[in-house]
Amino acid sequence: MSDVYIVGAGIHPFGRHEGKSGLDQGVFAARRALSDAGVDWREIQFAFGGSDAGGNADAVLPRLGLTGVQFINVANGCATGGSALLSGYWAIKSGEFDLGIAIGFDKHPRGAFNPDPEEWGLPAWYGETGLMLTTQFFAMKIRRYMSLYGITAQTLALVAEKAFDNGSRTDHAWRREPVGANVILSSQMVSDPLTKFMFCAPAEGGVALVLASEKRARQMGRTGVKMLGATVRTRVNGSFEVFSPALDIERGPSPTEIASTAAFEMTGIGPKDVDIAQLQDTESGAEVMHMAENGFCADGEQERLIRDGTTRADGALPVNTDGGCLACGEPIGASGLRQVYENVMQLRGAAGAHQVPKDVRIAYSQVYGAPGLSAVCLLGRG
Amino acid sequence: MTSKPIAPGLFEEGGNGPHLLAGRSKEDSRLVFPLPQGAAGEDFEPVPLSQKGRLWSFTVQRFRPKSPPYAGADDEKSFKPYAVGYIELAGEIIVESRLQTEDFAALKVGQEMELVFEDFARKDGVVTTYAFRPIAG
Repeated sequence: MSDVYIVGAGIHPFGRHEGKSGLDQGVFAARRALSDAGVDWREIQFAFGGSDAGGNADAVLPRLGLTGVQFINVANGCATGGSALLSGYWAIKSGEFDLGIAIGFDKHPRGAFNPDPEEWGLPAWYGETGLMLTTQFFAMKIRRYMSLYGITAQTLALVAEKAFDNGSRTDHAWRREPVGANVILSSQMVSDPLTKFMFCAPAEGGVALVLASEKRARQMGRTGVKMLGATVRTRVNGSFEVFSPALDIERGPSPTEIASTAAFEMTGIGPKDVDIAQLQDTESGAEVMHMAENGFCADGEQERLIRDGTTRADGALPVNTDGGCLACGEPIGASGLRQVYENVMQLRGAAGAHQVPKDVRIAYSQVYGAPGLSAVCLLGRG
Repeated sequence: MTSKPIAPGLFEEGGNGPHLLAGRSKEDSRLVFPLPQGAAGEDFEPVPLSQKGRLWSFTVQRFRPKSPPYAGADDEKSFKPYAVGYIELAGEIIVESRLQTEDFAALKVGQEMELVFEDFARKDGVVTTYAFRPIAG
């Protein structure tokens, strides 16, 4: 068993990049991560890579070098990047390897996804009659939550306002212009209560992280960022997930609650020890609900915490310090790794204009998505 | 029901009106909706669901969904926003449905709803689907 360190991190800025494939962006990120770590691609012993719509992840190999490295393609829905990282974590923790890389990239067409009911094991009528939209799911989950816990539309707008504010100071973000809460509230209604500016959009980008064993990290003199723990969990009966024609009356925990609890148990630290958190914010409501699902507050407390500025960059618990999915967009294969990249930069004190003022020692990330899974990663300063 | 059902085994018209059909697992008695069809249906007994329930959550679809999978005969210009929601059928299951109402502002979590059949104009002709509508009063 070995402790696991993140010794290199690279990103291709998120957004829209004409003339660049998803693969180009993955290769770019991988080269950046290798150069950041100061290692040559030929030294890399294993790679886990994932892309949802950008092609086969292992197509980076001819570009990076056909070294015979064992490369495993990862496909795990919205937790593809998180799953690639978890696989790398296990590979080093097991003692089998001491240097590897996790890569994620993507490039999606504009606008909402159009899913095929059959691929999801659903009958055709579900899609035909206009019930099969991810946007409806997000809207109905937060609507229910608002009615139970008194969260207001103003709070949803404040979440998006914060995202664009953080994004305006982040080099790798897509949306770099601040947008005020009133503009967010009065922008086009997409799926009530969520407006256009409260939703993230499919995008493009790439991220790569170089992982090393403790021994190797010490040799390299790069023990600054340690992986304290990582988990991936899937849905159980009673959770509320996208594309569900019916739900059980007996409600159960969400995959995020399970993954989060497991990550805290595995590391022996608690939500109160966490200095910053990157939480899945597919839309404003998701960030609100994920604050509670990850144990950072009780249900309903978000209304006060968000109004007080607790989750702003200069608050007590900064959330989505690079603007999250709302400001960066969501290239599925890269999105979860972007959260971890951001945490690495904040832990190193290298986040530049969007470095949070507080001392960051423990950083949390959670990516959630279809078909009902969540990946959590806890990093600490080494 | 004035036209052909949009799918077999989705609902039925009994003596006392329309019912959605769920499936009760022969193994663990858990209810699922819709009633699985074909080979998957062999593990389930059909169960008619209650006609009335309470609105569990809802939203309004403000733009025309992408086709496919959406098969409405409308286009971007003629598209009319519609409400969708989940209805909790007490002691049974929470089902997702289109909501038959144009008064979106009046929708409230917890309000009483009832099942109706509804015409759905598909590109290849009108079919019958199901919807829930607010119970007046």
